[in-house]
Amino acid sequence: MELREIQDILKANVWAGESRLDMEVHAACGCDLMSDVLAFAKEEVLLLTGLINPQVIRTAEMLDIKAIVFVRGKSPTEDMINMANQKKMVLLSTDQPLYVACGKLYGRGLMNKGDN
Amino acid sequence: MKLHYQVDGDNFLVAGEASASLKRTLKQLGIDSSIIRKISISMYEAEMNMVIHAYGGVIDVEISTDKVHILLKDKGPGIPDIDLAMKEGYSTASHEIRELGFGAGMGLPNMKRYSDHLNIYSEVGVGTTVEIIVFLM
Ligand SMILES: Nc1ncnc2c1ncn2[C@@H]1O[C@H](COP(=O)(O)OP(=O)(O)O)[C@@H](O)[C@H]1O
Ligand SMILES: [Mg+2]
Repeated sequence: MELREIQDILKANVWAGESRLDMEVHAACGCDLMSDVLAFAKEEVLLLTGLINPQVIRTAEMLDIKAIVFVRGKSPTEDMINMANQKKMVLLSTDQPLYVACGKLYGRGLMNKGDN
Repeated sequence: MKLHYQVDGDNFLVAGEASASLKRTLKQLGIDSSIIRKISISMYEAEMNMVIHAYGGVIDVEISTDKVHILLKDKGPGIPDIDLAMKEGYSTASHEIRELGFGAGMGLPNMKRYSDHLNIYSEVGVGTTVEIIVFLM
């Protein structure tokens, strides 16, 4: 699924990587615990999270996660946006809570975590 | 190739710089991305532990043709019971750390899962040394 489509489904704002919205993700992982993301996420997933701090970007970097959606109407900080731009990541935000955002994407065919 | 990193103990928000830097180096060396991933996750969890549970420390990395050897040394409080600390879900992290998405007690189990060898030497009141080895072939 293209990030542009995800942006549309979640009515998301774009904070970083506007020019990279044609990127594809094949799975998603919704999580507020970074260690769980580190334990279970596969490559090239979309991360959905309610956490706002630079370690979210760092965790994504460690896992080659290229796109993050911040849920529950939270927006990333200036620091996080700068980090994401350096690492060529896409940052989105939506008003939807985590559960609903994940549900909508799942319902439209995006798989969980990366296993089929 | 030998690399040395100093890890600042009082800034959770910028922690992980050493792991990110090693990751870039491994990429430049053309190492397989699934192996880089194992190394990055293990070292990042260990580096975060140094910052969260100790007062930072030093990391020495040696990259050879067949393996990456990582040694993380801190002068923190030490781990009284390593078997207990290795259990999934065991954590002494503060509420503040948990609110930042860490402290789920999955760090040591993650290191074990993703590395080929994990050794922990610790003495209460003296410090902790974590040794991680990941084979490149
Ligand atoms: N470098 C360290 N110095 C002192 N204690 C540590 C260190 N690393 C780990 N520990 C102890 O082991 C526990 C488990 O570590 P870990 O599995 O990474 O979980 P977490 O970091 O989420 O608490 C920690 O809560 C802490 O009590
Ligand atoms: Mg930890």
